[in-house]
Amino acid sequence: MKIKLNGKLTETECNSVYQLCDSLFKKFENTTVIINSFQLKSDRSIKENDEIFLIDKNKMPEKEELSAMLFARHTPKIHEKIQNSRVAVAGLGGLGSHIAVSLARTGVGILHLIDFDVVEPSNLNRQQYMINHLGMYKTDALKEEILQINPFVKIITHNVQVNKSNIYELFKEDFIICEAFDDPKAKATLVNGILTQFTNKKIVASSGMAGFDSSNSIITKKINGNFYICGDGKTEAKEGRGLMAPRVSICAGHQANMILRLILGYDNI
Amino acid sequence: MAKINGIVIELLQGTTILQYLDTHKFNLDYIAVECNGDIIPKSQYNEKVIESEDIIEIVNFVGGG
Repeated sequence: MKIKLNGKLTETECNSVYQLCDSLFKKFENTTVIINSFQLKSDRSIKENDEIFLIDKNKMPEKEELSAMLFARHTPKIHEKIQNSRVAVAGLGGLGSHIAVSLARTGVGILHLIDFDVVEPSNLNRQQYMINHLGMYKTDALKEEILQINPFVKIITHNVQVNKSNIYELFKEDFIICEAFDDPKAKATLVNGILTQFTNKKIVASSGMAGFDSSNSIITKKINGNFYICGDGKTEAKEGRGLMAPRVSICAGHQANMILRLILGYDNI
Repeated sequence: MAKINGIVIELLQGTTILQYLDTHKFNLDYIAVECNGDIIPKSQYNEKVIESEDIIEIVNFVGGG
């Protein structure tokens, strides 16, 4: 029967994953087996058209194998849509850095990263950066990090502060835009700019994720077909109530998942 | 009666978006206003009169990200 083995169409006479490992001189217990994007814990039979990845534990794969292996956990069929998508992330702080990494891990094909700032020590309490990134532009630091996670993402960067008059040029190629700024004025400027200067773009914005209030107060809300907002809508960062990694990450997760849903054609929350 | 942020509100006839925002002390720099599915450009806040069937959502952005 025909199966897809490590990304290649393969003819096999093996009826089970154990047999398949044996035939390739691999030990099941030393191999990570992913079958149809799900990691297998014990043996099972093989069916026609199964997509199987056999990954040797503790061994760096050959480069050509790497792509197929990275995508082994991606759900077949929907992965193509994700790979062909492009997302702009405006603001690479606690929200944007996590959203971009999350989308890169999911396999988004093109990420457009926008920020004007550099990484500083006070960012490390909640942002996806490391000590060795201090002083680097966030765009460059995040690009470096993402390529360590998924070298097959195409990354476009712009070191620029977004304002009303550069929105059109900056975002004209993007279909889905993620607003991940810290400053409320910048948030409003981007959302108003995108939704009044374009008619066919979708924006996923954020408001209210400081402190350590209940996780469950952070929600995704649909304002209209092109405008979504995540957060609790009210808890701003202020003196005595800072931004903390858990809640900022929850909001980032909401935004990233809404973006993923939009990529896959689901426009309800 | 118009509905603003999910609440049915009785307004004086001819009330504009800008008048409503001023009365309720919204910071115009921090908001986006959607009316019946469309975003109202800031330049129209002063002209757009709130009609009785309008469904309006005022999104207020707070700091943090």
